[in-house]
Amino acid sequence: MDMNQYLDVFVDESREHLQAMNEHMLKLENDPTDVAIVNDIFRSAHTLKGMSATMGFEDLASLTHQMENVLDAIRQSKVLVTDEVVDALFESVDHLEAMVESIIAGGDGKHDVDEIVRKLNVIETGEKSATVSNEQGQSASGDGLDEFQRSILAQSFEQGLHPYTVKVTLEKTCILKAARVYMVFDVLEQLSEVIHSDPSVSELEEEKFDYAFSVTLVSEKNAEEIREKISKVSEVEEVHVQNYEIESSSSEAAEPAAAIELEKTELKKAVTEGKPETPSKNAQSNKTMRVNINRLDHLMNLFEELVIDRGRLEALAKQLNNSDLTDTVEHMTRLSSDLQDALLTMRMVPIDQVFNRFPRMIRSLAKDLGKKINLDISGGETELDRTVIDEIGDPLVHLLRNSVDHGIELPEKRTKAGKPEEGTISLVSYHSGNHIFIEIEDDGGGINREKVLEKAIENDIINPAHAETMKDHEVYQLLFASGFSTADTVSDISGRGVGLDVVKSKIESLGGQIMVTSEPGQGTKFAIELPLTLSILSAMLITIGSETYAIPLSNIVESIVIPKKEVMKAHNQLVVDFRGKVVPLLSLRDVLEVEGIPEEKNTYSVVVVRKGDQMAALIVDRFIGQQEIVLKPLGKYLSNIFAISGATILGDGKVSLILDCNDLIK
Amino acid sequence: MSEMKTLETEMKAIVFQLLDEEYGVDVHQVRSIERIQEITRVPRTPSFVKGVINLRGIVTPIIDLRSRFDLEEASYTEETRIVIVNANDMEVGMIVDSANDVIDVPADTVEPAPKVVGGIQAEYLDGVAKLEKRLLILLNLEKVLNPEEIIALRQFKETNE
Repeated sequence: MDMNQYLDVFVDESREHLQAMNEHMLKLENDPTDVAIVNDIFRSAHTLKGMSATMGFEDLASLTHQMENVLDAIRQSKVLVTDEVVDALFESVDHLEAMVESIIAGGDGKHDVDEIVRKLNVIETGEKSATVSNEQGQSASGDGLDEFQRSILAQSFEQGLHPYTVKVTLEKTCILKAARVYMVFDVLEQLSEVIHSDPSVSELEEEKFDYAFSVTLVSEKNAEEIREKISKVSEVEEVHVQNYEIESSSSEAAEPAAAIELEKTELKKAVTEGKPETPSKNAQSNKTMRVNINRLDHLMNLFEELVIDRGRLEALAKQLNNSDLTDTVEHMTRLSSDLQDALLTMRMVPIDQVFNRFPRMIRSLAKDLGKKINLDISGGETELDRTVIDEIGDPLVHLLRNSVDHGIELPEKRTKAGKPEEGTISLVSYHSGNHIFIEIEDDGGGINREKVLEKAIENDIINPAHAETMKDHEVYQLLFASGFSTADTVSDISGRGVGLDVVKSKIESLGGQIMVTSEPGQGTKFAIELPLTLSILSAMLITIGSETYAIPLSNIVESIVIPKKEVMKAHNQLVVDFRGKVVPLLSLRDVLEVEGIPEEKNTYSVVVVRKGDQMAALIVDRFIGQQEIVLKPLGKYLSNIFAISGATILGDGKVSLILDCNDLIK
Repeated sequence: MSEMKTLETEMKAIVFQLLDEEYGVDVHQVRSIERIQEITRVPRTPSFVKGVINLRGIVTPIIDLRSRFDLEEASYTEETRIVIVNANDMEVGMIVDSANDVIDVPADTVEPAPKVVGGIQAEYLDGVAKLEKRLLILLNLEKVLNPEEIIALRQFKETNE
């Protein structure tokens, strides 16, 4: 069998399962007695095992198999969830991730798993400390039910469901026993929730039983109804339904309330749907399909062409002034903007995908540094364009590491400062207009202005005289200067030569910006603003001489006409008063080295643009108007051109450059 | 093409003219040959970068090859062509005086380039091919279209301003 065609699917699904395991394990750590979480992890491990075995990745399969054993032991309350166990499970996931990465890189996924398997094995087979004390109560009852199943029974009893033990005896002449068992189960599952069967379902399927088997179940139906329905299955000789006695109230009391709470809701769901618990969960999910990102990109490219042609048609319709043509073009414009929305939504992915890996990362970082940190994530459902999602992970990792390392103080220091021992980092994401905001805020020590300045002077980034006059926000921006690190010592976590300057340039390359605010002693906040999508944007077209430029609308505060006499001079720089604020006035003609002399007028046509809270007024010759444009890269050959972020193709087929206002405001 | 396969050493070259010299680039590196069209100037680039064009929806940078090699510039004529080439994983158009030939260049006719050919540094050349009465200068596009050089030139210009 050619495995290659399945490899992509394997990789995708493995990643999903690994992610799910990571998440659930973090939950388990906080709530070690919740059996439902263990079940979730078990399912992922089990699926992963099956997949890897099929694909021939033996090491993956053997490690997941061993994890399964441990998880099963936890499920059956033979092993308690201790820190040790959680660490071993996390370590296993690390190994699994390494193997999957190796497979992605074209390797065979071989990995030395012996040690971790041994570790898991030790956990599974019995360190004394991890063994549950009330095990004998279980064996004493002799009904083959484990703690989990018993708690479900107890729970459903409280909900008014009846637990029954159903004993079914098949006719001696029955030939296909397994088929009859299947039919009986089919009926049972319509009526009830099957908790347990003796012998086990797999043994029943393999016909490893005489003629009788018994099933423990909960149902809202009465005993007679169940008996009747099962009796209708042919070749069933006898059905005996009796109430199941819930006797082990002691073990039920031992079960923590939280766990029960969760099971209750889960069970309710399963029961009302009249389906077995596990499949019902899967059936609920929305129907989706996996699409190769390249195909979406291709579709997007085609659409971009369409947008350009639309612009061309609009220009033509205006020229010809034929009402039929104008109507058609208008309709097409509406259609294509709907199409654009649809396309963009299709490419939108919840930022959860990126956020998901952070709890795990923070957990281990905090552990390494001996800090106590609680990561608070919200807004994970906020959606972003796929291309942005792919790029935003690294900068966020960097900022979070920064918060853990430089932001949050050690527990002793926090207590001394009168703060809770546990520091909090909150990661928030939300939409606003055409932008998405991501904020990383810690309640740590804040940024030490003096230290930053000291360091900046030391590294020749600023001169001492200038340092005095700098405003706080300017000081914080120094953090993004290249070669800057505030850490006194280079630690393992940050200061590896990659500084916040990389974060900043990455975010700017995505068309976004980053701002820092800090309150000494109270904490620091990094706020990132990103455009929703990169490829299509609204822009204002302007001309200078014979050249046309596009200025992204997101940068524009206002376009105004100001009389020349209102222009003032400060420090040899032209400035204007824009709503009480002194804003530098720049001639785009000079900045862009456009040839020719501007026509004599008494006024300036000015576009006021902003970057963060700074503004600049740009003198242009003429405003053309607002238009949707498709951002096209200038390519590697012309990378990093000053004040130009890309190009676009206008309706007449000509190329026009897009101004990068970030470069114009210093 | 199929019969050529046996002669691994032979190369097909697109021939174009600059001043009175003939140049060649490997046909595999040539995407298309275009007539001159409206070019959008890109500010603050070296003078040999003429700007960008819309090449069937792809914004493509254009350089003037004469200017790139510090040869005397000429105004564009009916004969002027833009040779779109692919090197270093990017597409760039080169303005040349004319382009109208494809020829086979047997490997044994190629000799290392003399130090300076018509003012062009040898480092930009792969060699010189002698074909009967023609002399063909083979360009090393990777070197000619090295983006690092643009950056270096720009910085040179800025520091000298």
